[in-house]
Amino acid sequence: MINKKVKDAEDAVRDITDGSVLLLGGFGLCGIPEAGIQALVGKNVKGLTCISNNAGVDDFGVGLLLKERMIKKLIASYVGENKEFEDQYRAGELELELIPQGTLAERIRAGGAGIPAFFTPAGIGSELAEGKEIREFDGRLYLLERWIKADFALVKAWKGDTAGNLIYKGTARNFNPLMAAAGKITIAEVEQLVPAGELDPNQIHTPGIYVQRIFQGAGYEKRIENITVSP
Amino acid sequence: MLSKEQIACRIAREIKDGQYINLGIGIPTLVANYIPDHLQVVLQSENGLLGIGPYPRSSEINPDLVNAGKETISMVKGSSLFDSAEAFSMIRGGHIDMAILGALEVSENGDISNWKIASGLIKGVGGALDLVASDAKLLVAMLHCHKDGSPKLRKQCKFPVTGVRCVHKIFTDLGVFSILPEGGFKLLERAPGVELDEIRNKTEGRLVIKGEIPEMTGFQQQ
Repeated sequence: MINKKVKDAEDAVRDITDGSVLLLGGFGLCGIPEAGIQALVGKNVKGLTCISNNAGVDDFGVGLLLKERMIKKLIASYVGENKEFEDQYRAGELELELIPQGTLAERIRAGGAGIPAFFTPAGIGSELAEGKEIREFDGRLYLLERWIKADFALVKAWKGDTAGNLIYKGTARNFNPLMAAAGKITIAEVEQLVPAGELDPNQIHTPGIYVQRIFQGAGYEKRIENITVSP
Repeated sequence: MLSKEQIACRIAREIKDGQYINLGIGIPTLVANYIPDHLQVVLQSENGLLGIGPYPRSSEINPDLVNAGKETISMVKGSSLFDSAEAFSMIRGGHIDMAILGALEVSENGDISNWKIASGLIKGVGGALDLVASDAKLLVAMLHCHKDGSPKLRKQCKFPVTGVRCVHKIFTDLGVFSILPEGGFKLLERAPGVELDEIRNKTEGRLVIKGEIPEMTGFQQQ
């Protein structure tokens, strides 16, 4: 088996440079590549294009990259809950491309699957359809959407092995498997890294072929945005 | 007038046995509290779960288990987990029977605006555009008027449109409305203690009132 293991987060992000295009897994703060983001903050690269469902919050997740002004363009479906984003966007310092969440997911899936474009009904009649090709199929209108690929994908899984196979937990899976396939270099961070052969092949969510580098992160905070409980 | 909880309670009566349902953020999330126990329904969360359960006890909070509003949740027995592309395949592919969403405005031909807007800045679209473009029966839960008193049932939406001709029914604090095929809000029920004149005064689009409009039952007047 090919060994994908790298030393740590810093080693994994070593060749991310100014202007790199990054896919960042997670939904809100759930399932985000915490260690990879911290390592990027340490590198302080500039002019990044970041594709992520959300913008994180002010002091966590993608918000940390925003705070250090490392992002030139953000491609996301929802960017609320982040004051830093708001300020930079208002000041014209940050480019934003808003994409319906299902379209974002499918564009990334298409990128990993070698499908350059597809038609979707989402966005018809809205201003997000402006400038896009529209075609009718069986009496309904659909928008042409292009694939998304990136130089690097930073994904987070629960368990992984040295062959790069990944297993996610709960709703922390979200965008991670799609992004793993759409990154030229996919960096996976896991809570538990085990030798190849120790994970049950029946249970693998992301096959190792999509992962170029894997490391075990430490001290995951797993911050919760909204704690809601039953009495 | 109905409270937000009562709007949620009224919508829950629309739910049928065996349905797969997506609940949006806000009043729609409250609907889950009022689904009768004898109905077997499954709630979908577009971040990758079929089978949303109640909020967890504080001892059972799991940061790897949140709903689309990023709230901690639990899973019911028989749940399944999947990725975001799969979640939206279910939605676009017509496998979700019903979507209950909040809205900023609805127009008389069934257009919906529900982009999150605060202080003029667009916060994003989330999964709303995908949901309203699907074949799921779309129910809208919202207050009848904006905070400044201006109507949310419009001739045309003033906010950016999320989807066109897609709303099936609207549930507000004042009443229940269906969208007529030729355009117009057909009043189906009024909230306890609400007079028809109040609904007329607070609705901008074409309002159709035909015959006796029943008052909703099972609610105390607020």
